[in-house]
Amino acid sequence: LHHQKSWQEIMKWNGWGYSDSRFLFNKKGQAEFTGKRYRLSGLILPSLKDWFEGTFGANLQHKSPATPTVNLSAVAPPNLNEPFIEDLKAAGVAASHDPEDRVFRAHGHCLHEIFALREGRIGRVPDMVVWPSCHSDVEKIVELACKHNVCLIPYGGGTSVSSALECPHEETRSIVSLDTSQMNRILWIDEKNLTAHVEAGIIGQDLERQLNEHGYCTGHEPDSMEFSSLGGWVATRASGMKKNIYGNIEDLVVHIKMVTPRGVIEKSCLGPRMSTGPDIHHFILGSEGTLGVVTEVTMKIRPIPEYQKYGSVVFPNFQQGVACLREVARQRCAPASIRLMDNEQFQFGHALKPQVSSIFTSFLDGLKKFYITKFKGFDPHHLCVATLLFEGDRGKVLQHEKQVYDIAAKFGGLAAGEDNGQRGYMLTFVIAYLRDLGMDYYVIGESFETSVPWDRVLDLCRNVKERIVRECKERGVQFPPLSTCRVTQTYDAGACVYFYFAFNYRGLSDPVHVYEQVEHAAREEILANGGSLSHHHGVGKLRKEWMKESVSGVGLGMLKSVKEYVDPQNIFGNRNLL
Amino acid sequence: VVLFSPHFRIRKRDDFEDVLEERRRSSDLRYALRCYTPTLYKGLVPCKVSMLKSIVLQSDHLQCVIKQVSSESGDSTECVAEEASLILDEMAHRMQLSTVRFFVFTLSKAFKRLFRSVCVNEEGIQRLQQAVQEHPVVLLPSHRSYMDFLMMSYLLYMFDLPLPVIAAGMDFMSMKFIGEMLRMSGAFFIRRSFGGDKLYWAVFSEYVKTMLRKGYAPIEFFLEGTRSRTCKSLTPKTGLLNIVMEPFFKGELFDVSLVPVSISYERVLEESLYARELLGVPKPKESTSGLLKARRVLSEDYGSMHVYFGHPVSVRSLAEGKIKRSQYNLLPRYIPQKPSVDTHEFLNDAAFRLVRIQEENMVLKPWVLIATLLLQNPDGMDLSSLTEQTDWLRHLALAFGAFLDWPDHEACSEVISCSLALHRRLLSVSAGHVQLSVTDAPQVETTPEEAVFQRAVVVLSCASYRNQILHVFLRPALLAVAMQSANSSRKDDIYNCFNFLRNMFSNEFILCPGDSVQDFEEACYLLMKRGVLQVLEHEIVMSASGQSTLAFLCSVLEPFLQGYQVVCRYLCEETNENLTEKEFIPAVRSFCFVCGSVNCLHTRSCLLLVLISVSTDLIMHVLGPALFCYMCVCHHGIRSPEVL
Repeated sequence: LHHQKSWQEIMKWNGWGYSDSRFLFNKKGQAEFTGKRYRLSGLILPSLKDWFEGTFGANLQHKSPATPTVNLSAVAPPNLNEPFIEDLKAAGVAASHDPEDRVFRAHGHCLHEIFALREGRIGRVPDMVVWPSCHSDVEKIVELACKHNVCLIPYGGGTSVSSALECPHEETRSIVSLDTSQMNRILWIDEKNLTAHVEAGIIGQDLERQLNEHGYCTGHEPDSMEFSSLGGWVATRASGMKKNIYGNIEDLVVHIKMVTPRGVIEKSCLGPRMSTGPDIHHFILGSEGTLGVVTEVTMKIRPIPEYQKYGSVVFPNFQQGVACLREVARQRCAPASIRLMDNEQFQFGHALKPQVSSIFTSFLDGLKKFYITKFKGFDPHHLCVATLLFEGDRGKVLQHEKQVYDIAAKFGGLAAGEDNGQRGYMLTFVIAYLRDLGMDYYVIGESFETSVPWDRVLDLCRNVKERIVRECKERGVQFPPLSTCRVTQTYDAGACVYFYFAFNYRGLSDPVHVYEQVEHAAREEILANGGSLSHHHGVGKLRKEWMKESVSGVGLGMLKSVKEYVDPQNIFGNRNLL
Repeated sequence: VVLFSPHFRIRKRDDFEDVLEERRRSSDLRYALRCYTPTLYKGLVPCKVSMLKSIVLQSDHLQCVIKQVSSESGDSTECVAEEASLILDEMAHRMQLSTVRFFVFTLSKAFKRLFRSVCVNEEGIQRLQQAVQEHPVVLLPSHRSYMDFLMMSYLLYMFDLPLPVIAAGMDFMSMKFIGEMLRMSGAFFIRRSFGGDKLYWAVFSEYVKTMLRKGYAPIEFFLEGTRSRTCKSLTPKTGLLNIVMEPFFKGELFDVSLVPVSISYERVLEESLYARELLGVPKPKESTSGLLKARRVLSEDYGSMHVYFGHPVSVRSLAEGKIKRSQYNLLPRYIPQKPSVDTHEFLNDAAFRLVRIQEENMVLKPWVLIATLLLQNPDGMDLSSLTEQTDWLRHLALAFGAFLDWPDHEACSEVISCSLALHRRLLSVSAGHVQLSVTDAPQVETTPEEAVFQRAVVVLSCASYRNQILHVFLRPALLAVAMQSANSSRKDDIYNCFNFLRNMFSNEFILCPGDSVQDFEEACYLLMKRGVLQVLEHEIVMSASGQSTLAFLCSVLEPFLQGYQVVCRYLCEETNENLTEKEFIPAVRSFCFVCGSVNCLHTRSCLLLVLISVSTDLIMHVLGPALFCYMCVCHHGIRSPEVL
C-alpha cells in the first residue's frame, strides 16, 4: 500500500502523468517542459508559442487555469456498506474511504472528465477503494461483494479514454473501486517456453523494466505504457506500437486468470493454441471490467532485441504515404513500427523542436535543403512523414531497412534520418501532456482511433477531418480547429488511424458539450466510411450506443447472455460495453 | 447551404441583372478572347482530357465489369476492353478553350439578336462561385430549349466559373460539324436508351464519377431527361442523379453540391415546333443543315430570358438520416451495386424536390397569365375585361407565391399590349377583341383537317405558356376540383378525393410521392389565406367571396380532366386488346377527332379541349393510371365509365 500511496502523490490529480512534468509558457513567453523524466524535460521549445497561437487563435494573455487543489468538501460522503467493510477487515484486505483516494479513481482521461476536475467539479465517485495484494484477495473481495450486493469497478492504471471508469449515475449500491496496483509481481519466468507469469496489476513500464533485467521484454508498448496496467490491456484489447513483431495483446497472452462472481475462469494448460470451442479468452479480452477482475496473466516474452534503429521517410503528400504503407503491408515487411503523420502533425512536430539538442538536429533545415536542392517538388503544406522503428539482429535490420526504403522510394519517399524517427516516437509520450497546456489557454482536445480497410483509408481520413472542421464551425467555434490524423498500424487488410482534434473554446458557453457533439459526429462519419467503432481504446460508456450497429443484435445478445450467466447480480456494474 | 424552404412559405428571391447590356457596349471579339481564369475547386486533381480516358478505362470498377461481361459473353477481356474504349471514344468530350471562345463570340452575336435581355441573378452566381471551391458541383438546369445548355456554358464563361461538362443526347452527335463543336465545348454524348447494356452503363457511370471525384469540372445534366415540349416540368429521371450521388454515398467525396437552375423564356424558340411534335408530326432530325434552315428564328424577337441559379443543395444534408452510408461497408466499392429500395426512394424524392425548386424559381412573364385566360375563353375576350382579369389573376398568382416578372411602374393595360405584341403570331386583336387564332396561315385555302391542325398548333403553343404557371395553381386547383367532386364538406372526403386526383395526375405534374398530406395542407393554407375557404377541424367550407377563385382554379385543371376522360373512354369503348404503344397514340388521336365531330363540333370550346387532349404528352401520361383502371375493368367485366 505504501507504494500505492507514493504513486498517487507523484501523479497529477487533474491531468496527465507525473506532477513534475508539464508544459508551460515561461515569463519570456517561451514554452518549456519541466521535470527530468523525459528527453524533452528541461528544454525550451521556441517555436511552440507561434504554432499554438497560430493554429488555435489562442493568446497567452487569455488563461483558463485549473483549480489548484482538490476541493474535498465537494466530495459527497461515502455510501458505505458496513457489513461488507466488517467482513473485508476480517479478511485482511486493505481499504480506504479517504476522499482523495476515491476522487483519484473516479475518472479516466476523457476530456469531459479532466475538464470537470480542473473546474473543481466532482461527480459521483466510488464510495471506497480496496487494494487486493494477490489473486486470493480478489477472490475474497468478489465473494463478499456478491454476499453484500456491492458494486465493484476494477481499476488498473486509470488511463481509460472511454468513460469506462465513470461511476454510473443510476447506481444506488455502494461502489467499490478495486485497485489492482498492489498485484504487481512477476511470479515466474519460463525461459524454455519464453513465457512469464505476471500479476495483472503491474504497470507497463515496470513490467518491461523488470523483464529487461532478465534479458527479456514483452514488446507490448501501447502509448500509455508508462501508466497503464496489464489487466487493463487485457480488458480493453490493447494494441502495442510494435505489434508487427510481437502482436497485439490477444496474440501475446497464453493464459488468463479472471475472478468472476461465478468463480475463477481459466484454461487448464499452457498450450499455444487450442481447438476447444470458441476461445474463452475472447470473452475476457475486451470485457472492460463487466465480467470480473483479471488477476494473473501468462504472457509470451522475447529476448531483448540485439539492435534497434529508428528511421523516417518524407513523402510529397499523404496519398503517397498511404500508398507506401499499403505496399509495405502487402509485402508483409512492416518494421516493428511504421507510422504516417499527415501534414498538420508534421508541422506540429516541428513546433516541438527544442532550442539546443544534438538529437533534434534540425529536421526542417535538413529537409529544406533536400527539397530546395534536389527535390523541389515537395510542398511544405502537403508533405508528410513516416516514422519507422526496426528491431532484430543487426544484419537483418539493415537489410530490412533497405527493403522498406526501396519501397518508399517508389512512392516518392525520401529517407529523412534516424533522429527524426526517434523524435517522433519520443513525442508519443509527451503529447498527452500537451493537452493540459492547451487547457490552460482555452484549448481543448482529444484523440480517437479506428481501423479501416486499406482502400478506404484516404477517404475516411479526409472525410472525418473535414467533418470535424465543419461541425466546429456549425457549432460556433470561432477559430478553425486542429483536425489531424495519422496511420499508426498496418495490417494485411487495413490500417489503424488515429485522429487528434482540438479547438479554442473562447466564446462558447458549454465547450465540453460542443466537444462531445463534434466527437460524436466524427464517430458517425467514421462508421459511415467503413471504419470500426474502436481499434484499441474500447467502447466503455462513451461509444456504447453504437455497439448494436457494430456487432449486430444477435452479437450483442450473445455478449449479454454471457454477462447474464457470469454476473447475474451485476456486481461488476460499471455498465461499460453492453 | 440551404435545404428546402417550408413548402408554402414564399421565399425571398434575388434580383436580376441583364448580362447582355455589357455585351451591347463592347467588342464581342475582345470579350471572347479575354483572359479566362475560373475559380477552381480546392480539391482539384489536375487532369488532362486524355488522362481522363485512361483513368476511366483502368478503374477497378470498369475492369470488374469488363471481366463480368467477358465471362458472360465468352468474348475475351481484351475484346470487351476494346469495346469499352470505343464506347468511351464515342462518349467523351474534348473540351478546349479555343472552341469555347468561338462559341462565346457567335453566341454573343446570336443572343443579342434573339433576346432583348438575358437576366441572371448575380447573387446566385456568387453562391455558385463559393460552392465550386468547396465541393464538386452538379448543375441541374431546367430544359425547355436547345438554348439552355449553350446559355449555361456562356454564362459560366462570363462569370469566370469553370466550364461544365454536359450530358447530351446522342442525337446531337449526328449533326456533323456542330456535334464535334459541342464536344469540344464540353458536351459528352450518351445514347438515349441502353437499358440492359452493362458495359455501356459502367463506362458511362465511371466516366461521370471520375470527373466528379477529380473535381475536373462541374457536371451538367437535365433532371427531366429531355426538353419539355409542353413547358411543364417532366417527371425527373434518377439514373444520372444516382451516379453523381454515389461518390458521396460511398465516402469517396465529402459532399456534392447540386445547383438547380431555372431557365425561362418569354418566348420559346421551339414554340410551334413543339406543338407540331405533340400533334404527332415527327421531330425533325437534328442536323447541321436543319440548323442552318432554322436561321429564320434569328430574325424574330424572343423577348427576355431569365436564368436563376438556385441555392446549392448539399447531397450530404439531403441524405442526412435517409441514407445509411454504412450499407456500402461490406462490399468492395468498385463492384457495381443496384441502389437499394431506400436509396431508390431517396433518389426519387430528391429528384422531385429539385424539380420543384426549379419550378419555384422559374420567372413568369405577364403573357403567361394572359395565355391562361385566353385558353379559358376560346371565343376571345374584350381587351378591357382581359385587362381586368389579368390584374385579378396577377394578384392571385402573387398570393400563391408565383415568381412574376411584372414591370414595376407600368399600367396593366400597357403591360398587356406589350405582351400581345410579342406573341402576335398566336392571336388576333380586332376592335378591342382578343382571341387566339392562326395569323400566319398560308395564303392558299386549306382543307378543313389542316385548318383544325393549324388551330391546334396555336392552342398547344398557347397552352405551353399556361403550363408554365400550373405549378403555382396546381395544389389549390386540385383542392378546388376535389371539393367540387367530393359532394361533401367533410375534410376526410375532400382529402380522399384530393388524394385520388393527385395520384391520377402523378405523371402529369410534379407531385412528390408521399407529400400528399403536405400538399393538401398547402392548398388549404393558400386558399384560406386568400379568404376563399374556411378550414375547420373536420370541415372545409367555401366562403361567399370564394366562388370566382374556385371556379377559375377548377377550369385550370379542366382540360386535363377532359383529356383523361377521353383517353379512358377510348380504352373502355374502342380498344382491342393487342394494341402496341406505337399504334395507340394515333388511335386515341383519331378517336378524339371522331368524338369531337360527333358530339360537339359546333361548340368551339369542346373542340379546343379535345385538341389539347390529343397531345401525345397527355396520352402517355394518362396511360399509367388509366391502364390500371382498364385492367380493373377487364378483370371485373365492368364496362361503366364511372369506374374511371
